[in-house]
Amino acid sequence: MLIDHDIVIIGAGLAGLRAAVEAAESADVAVVTKVMPTRSHSGAAQGGITAALGNEEEDRWEWHLFDTVKGGDYLGDQDAIEIMVRDAPRAIYELEHMGVPFSRTDDGRIAQRNFGGHTREYGKAPVKRACHAADHTGRVVLDTLYDQALRHQVRFYSENQAISLAFDEGRCTGVVIYDLASGSLRFLRAKTVLLAAGGCGKIYKTTSNGFATTGEVLNLAYQSGIPLEDMEFMQFHPTGLFPLGILVSEAARGEGGILRNGLGEPFMERYAPRIKDLAARDVVSRAILTEIREGRGVGGKEYVYLDVTHLGEKKIAEKLWEITSFARIYLGIDAVKEPIPVAPTCHYLMGGIPTDGDGRVLADETGRIVPGLYAAGECACVSVHGANRLGCNSLLDLLVFGRRSGKAMKDGVANVELQMSSDDPVRAAQEKLGALMDREGKEKAHAIRRQMQAAMMEHASVFRTEEGLQKGMERIIALKERLQRVSVTNKGRTFNYDLMETIELGHQLDLCEVILESALHRKESRGAHSREDFPMRDDENYLKHTLTFPGSRGTEVRYKPVAVSRFQPQARAY
Amino acid sequence: MAARFRIFRFDPVLDPKPYYRTYEVDAEPTDRLLDCLNRIRWEQDPTLSFRMSCGHGVCGSDGMRINGICGLPCQKLVKSYDEEILLEPLPVFQVIKDLIVDLEPFFERYRSVKPYLITASLPPDGERRQSPEEIHRLEDAVRCILCACCTSSCPVNQNAETEAYLGPAALVRAFRYLFDSRDAGMEERIRILDRKEGVWGCQTLWKCTEVCPKEIPVTKQIGQIKKNIYDAKKAGG
Repeated sequence: MLIDHDIVIIGAGLAGLRAAVEAAESADVAVVTKVMPTRSHSGAAQGGITAALGNEEEDRWEWHLFDTVKGGDYLGDQDAIEIMVRDAPRAIYELEHMGVPFSRTDDGRIAQRNFGGHTREYGKAPVKRACHAADHTGRVVLDTLYDQALRHQVRFYSENQAISLAFDEGRCTGVVIYDLASGSLRFLRAKTVLLAAGGCGKIYKTTSNGFATTGEVLNLAYQSGIPLEDMEFMQFHPTGLFPLGILVSEAARGEGGILRNGLGEPFMERYAPRIKDLAARDVVSRAILTEIREGRGVGGKEYVYLDVTHLGEKKIAEKLWEITSFARIYLGIDAVKEPIPVAPTCHYLMGGIPTDGDGRVLADETGRIVPGLYAAGECACVSVHGANRLGCNSLLDLLVFGRRSGKAMKDGVANVELQMSSDDPVRAAQEKLGALMDREGKEKAHAIRRQMQAAMMEHASVFRTEEGLQKGMERIIALKERLQRVSVTNKGRTFNYDLMETIELGHQLDLCEVILESALHRKESRGAHSREDFPMRDDENYLKHTLTFPGSRGTEVRYKPVAVSRFQPQARAY
Repeated sequence: MAARFRIFRFDPVLDPKPYYRTYEVDAEPTDRLLDCLNRIRWEQDPTLSFRMSCGHGVCGSDGMRINGICGLPCQKLVKSYDEEILLEPLPVFQVIKDLIVDLEPFFERYRSVKPYLITASLPPDGERRQSPEEIHRLEDAVRCILCACCTSSCPVNQNAETEAYLGPAALVRAFRYLFDSRDAGMEERIRILDRKEGVWGCQTLWKCTEVCPKEIPVTKQIGQIKKNIYDAKKAGG
């Protein structure tokens, strides 16, 4: 079955919805989401959105720019970061005008709080830059943008999984989707496709990411010959609720919360003397794991405490309602009276599908554009986060580059005709799915997935070594072989999650390989990529972006330069 | 510990009528019921279907009936249950498969209350001002995750004769905009709400408030809409 649209967007999180709202003003826009709208993982974002509004104290976009560059350990492209931070205040006011229920200051302005790595005067002291709605900022922005999308008549393909991307003479011509409710395939033919389906945190055992965060769209692009950029940079958020890994927002520390080790010491002052608990996430995650490794976890166990007890019941109820509810529901802990056990949890992929500042997907290191294909949000790499994203810069990225993609697509489709594909993309997808359903084998997807998550956690999380990464690669390759013997037990057509998860597992294993290969090639420590065998940053050899390509003999690694404009790399201390 | 589940099953393609199947899983007391459901699906019965996404009560995907009470299995721990745990799809809505219901009618009602800010004037260059007290009034309502537990639990929605009632979730979203100091859509919304299928459908039975996974005082908020409409009419003569 074939359906035509001007623009098809895969993913209904903030980037996809922001792009949809922008483009729907003059184009026919469809959004594909494998969950229902408002269930996307953007909704789990808690802390806020950064913008140098200066509502609480003096702030400047130049400081925001510097902090983002430094936070990313100088790997971010400064031209792209400049676009983002200069556009930030407009992006916030626009959300406010759409109706986002931001928390407010006493004089009625949008309230701002401290967040890790965000400072005044180029690192002197923390600055209140994170605009927020209590600790459910992502959720209320998601709701608001969904409501706007409904108002703009955006068509939703809900609970539909992207199966393949179609290309004709190098131009993306649409996407084949699998409808979970009916088990049928459809080809959404489009003048332009936007990939905005988020990250891939579920390849790790402990993660703040939802079940849907399996990264297949990253791999669909990759398997179509499009490179992936900087995939070795996977952020571990310092404070996942132990042992589940559920996000406990940095807002807790932004509001004054303190990390303490098993001895009760506020240990961050040893690792970041100037801004302590408000250091960048990679720094705090390493600090926590160092405390644990050296035996100062709580009771010798693998967690530390996040202490908000001194903030008082009123502030906690007003500003940290969600995270205190998580502590209560899952651990039976009253955060007003007791500290919360936390440990690092896989959170955010800095790397992704390379794009220019308007979301156009780039085919190689020369910047050649893939016609008809855009990417935005976590699955894209502009790159504004470099080697480590600062808290609250992700929602900003989604909104700024989601809108820019929407705008560019809307302008671009006016001069484009729908292309007839030379082959039938649905038939190809049908054959692939049919073969998978018919395959006989003794292996089960869930067992392989569990081992994949354990292997990635063990060998490719916060601290890495050559030996560990090699070992990880061996384990992933072995699992990929076993995947060939996985059979799908559920033969039904209606909501067959067994089939869906088996497809996802194939994508996840491919991404593991790309991450490991990228990490093996980067023989330095930078941001979230911490190599114990190469503990220093090496600007001479590695101030460059990794680009991985699907070669005939496995992953091929190339590089492209980093755009450095205002700030030359300096030593990074907090 | 062993946890026993009795789960509603129905595949419209294969089954002439619904049935229940029992499963036993080895679980930690602190495991979420959702963890158990996944273990059942992964290790015992891959044909079982249920929705999930975030796994911690933020996305609203996994609403279902747990021992007869609507809730989120990602928010419930095994240790809270002594005996067999009965899992069934949300009532009110039509079952598509197993624990999955058709929520389209839910979202249709949601859309009908005009769930977006309606303004009378062009926005300023910066933000519209709103006091902490004004935003505080919305803080409970904006926690809503559209899980449909309230509407499914409402005896008015459950009654075939009154099922056209908008239901608590749509009314909470209406509240969120009606009482937003930036919104100017009061008249338009009141036309939708001031009907027996609108806010007057509520019989103040408190079931919605009892089950809300985000602790929203749903019934009270509906009461405030009623009062608002009553006052507006009285003022208008």
